[in-house]
Amino acid sequence: MRYLVLIKQVPLSSNVAIDEKTGTIKRESGEAKMNPYDLYALETALRLRETYEGVVSVLTMGPPQAGSVVRESFMMGADEGFLLTDRAFAGSDVLATSYALSQAIKHIGNIDLVICGKQTTDGDTAQVGAECSEFLNIPCISNVQRIIDVTETAITAECDTGTTVETVRVHLPALMSVEKDIWQPRLPSFKLMCATAQRPVKTLNLKDLADTDERHYGLKGSPTQVVRMFPPEEKSDYEIWNEENLGERLYQYLVSEKFLQESV
Amino acid sequence: MKYHTIDEHDITRLKALISDPDRVIVREKIHEDYTHDELHSLVSSPDVLVEAITTEEVAAVVHYAAEHSIPVTPRGQGTGLVGGAVSLHGGIMLSLQKMNRILELDEKNMTLTVEPGVLLMEIGEYLSETPFFYPPDPGEKSATIGGNISTNAGGMRAVKYGVTRDYVRALQVVLPDGEVVVLGGKVAKNSSGYSLKDLIIGSEGTLGIVTKATLKLITRPAVTVSLLIPFENLDKAISAVPAILRAKQLPTAVEFMQREVVMAASTYLGRQFPDTGSDAYLLVSSDGPNRKFVDEALDEIARIALDHGAIDALIADTPERQESVWTARGTFLEAIKASTTMMEECDVVVPRDRIAEFINFSHELEKIHGLRLMSFGHAGDGNLHIYELRDDLDEAEWHKRLDAVFDAMYNKAIEIGGKVSGEHGIGYAKRPFLTDSEQSSTMALMRSIKHAFDPKDLLNPGKIV
Repeated sequence: MRYLVLIKQVPLSSNVAIDEKTGTIKRESGEAKMNPYDLYALETALRLRETYEGVVSVLTMGPPQAGSVVRESFMMGADEGFLLTDRAFAGSDVLATSYALSQAIKHIGNIDLVICGKQTTDGDTAQVGAECSEFLNIPCISNVQRIIDVTETAITAECDTGTTVETVRVHLPALMSVEKDIWQPRLPSFKLMCATAQRPVKTLNLKDLADTDERHYGLKGSPTQVVRMFPPEEKSDYEIWNEENLGERLYQYLVSEKFLQESV
Repeated sequence: MKYHTIDEHDITRLKALISDPDRVIVREKIHEDYTHDELHSLVSSPDVLVEAITTEEVAAVVHYAAEHSIPVTPRGQGTGLVGGAVSLHGGIMLSLQKMNRILELDEKNMTLTVEPGVLLMEIGEYLSETPFFYPPDPGEKSATIGGNISTNAGGMRAVKYGVTRDYVRALQVVLPDGEVVVLGGKVAKNSSGYSLKDLIIGSEGTLGIVTKATLKLITRPAVTVSLLIPFENLDKAISAVPAILRAKQLPTAVEFMQREVVMAASTYLGRQFPDTGSDAYLLVSSDGPNRKFVDEALDEIARIALDHGAIDALIADTPERQESVWTARGTFLEAIKASTTMMEECDVVVPRDRIAEFINFSHELEKIHGLRLMSFGHAGDGNLHIYELRDDLDEAEWHKRLDAVFDAMYNKAIEIGGKVSGEHGIGYAKRPFLTDSEQSSTMALMRSIKHAFDPKDLLNPGKIV
């Protein structure tokens, strides 16, 4: 079994400020980390390898310094890592990113299961995984909260759709995105850091891909037009209750909102 | 009885001293919370609860109490673990919770002046918007700073930064006769006579009531990274500590934990710990001005740990990873509490090289006396927290086994050069052990000091000495 985890480098702080004039992200420092949601995807791959054996590879797309998240994945136990980098990819939107990644996945070849985090902490679209699966023409299961079984030909998993939990079986190869907390991600190991210090991060450029037409990547390949970037308004709906029998009212409210069920 | 019992006349007079009489609460109207602290086995109700909001009110109430021989028990949030804030003899409980203003951030002298009822977490939040940092880091963040000062609270960063006493520049104190004095000042050095400020710190409200504190700040370290270091057993973990403390950069914190406590925290929090495969762990933090500095420090510590038998050194370098280990560490006390029906604690401090010996000794006691124990603590400063758990023992059996275990543990601690309390204080619960462990002339000196401050024994009577 060969697992490929898609990972991304994001700013260290989750409290990213946006410059409303330029519409760009204000980065307080150059410090970066692996997207926290991707840690769950990587942990999932490592757990599957423990149970079903196989090889865990990771793939990231970004500038050369993004290679550090590949190295970090080695410290968590990944076997092999790829960095997809090329000036031609600069400015890619979700579609162009997904296309570039799918081209890289095809180049790497022989992947049974692509695993993604649910979203990133900087882009927050939660679309790249699903779009990749379309370009690869493989089934996609999202919001996986538990993996029930993996065989040579199929994976069965539980997906949290918000209102229901679906048990889904899909044929391999497939792509899945996992929920936060599917497993607690392990911490990077100092021993593995030393042991993998010489392991190469394999670099892929545009010329390595089957489609080398620059117009399909980067700004040119991105139909999305960013008109304006702004921090979303904070939701601050609240009610103030100031009366007798607050407990009863709170109880009735929780029942009406279906947080509690009235005992029969 | 040497104390006057409060009557209606006293209540009327007390109400006249307080700007809002609603802040004088009498007998059955006093909430049950005020009859105990986190040492739940000691319960005693005050006759009157006064919620002061100014130093003048505190002084007026204490002065009135002194004139009429009424005992006064000062109290913050009541998060103490040794019965320090319980009114053993009734009388007045003086709550300082409502004196909770942050008064001044002096950027030039790098001090923060606060009222005693400000919570430790509020200080942290306030300073998070500034370049400044208050280093003491006791686990109970909802404690008041007044309580922290009264017990000389320690916490996890004591290895590098020291304890509360190291961060108090000045105190305004109401003495047992109601007089207000200022001890210390915004000075970085002080060699002017006896350091009464330092005597008040750790005196658990028996010598005076702190109504204002000027705290020393430092500039905030820009980066903190932690290592979770697994070992096969606690012996190996603890034996690595002296070498870790000799590293070129002193770590901020060196905590030890055993799997059973980690698992209890996981259950309590309902989430997994990042590693549960080993019997014992050290959690080591390092801070500094930038990532490179901290990485170099931790690289050295990781190599030292591996040389001393560590299985690995796991790196918690992002906010999420730090949170995954430190949240669990922060809930150990609550998690242990939730795992049993009642618990008592032993907060001994022993020389750092004797920690493993002491913990192993406590495991033997567990078997000999049939009492479940759980422990964790500060490997970097030798301060252990060993909790005795009642589970389903009946009252008589619980006390019998507890007394036997306590006697054995405190004797052992003293035998190997330790002290009765590292950071929780003596209060009511540890008094006999303090008396047994100190020289009689030392105890006599302590009593003389108490008498010099409080000849009528009105302020928090029945505590420490």
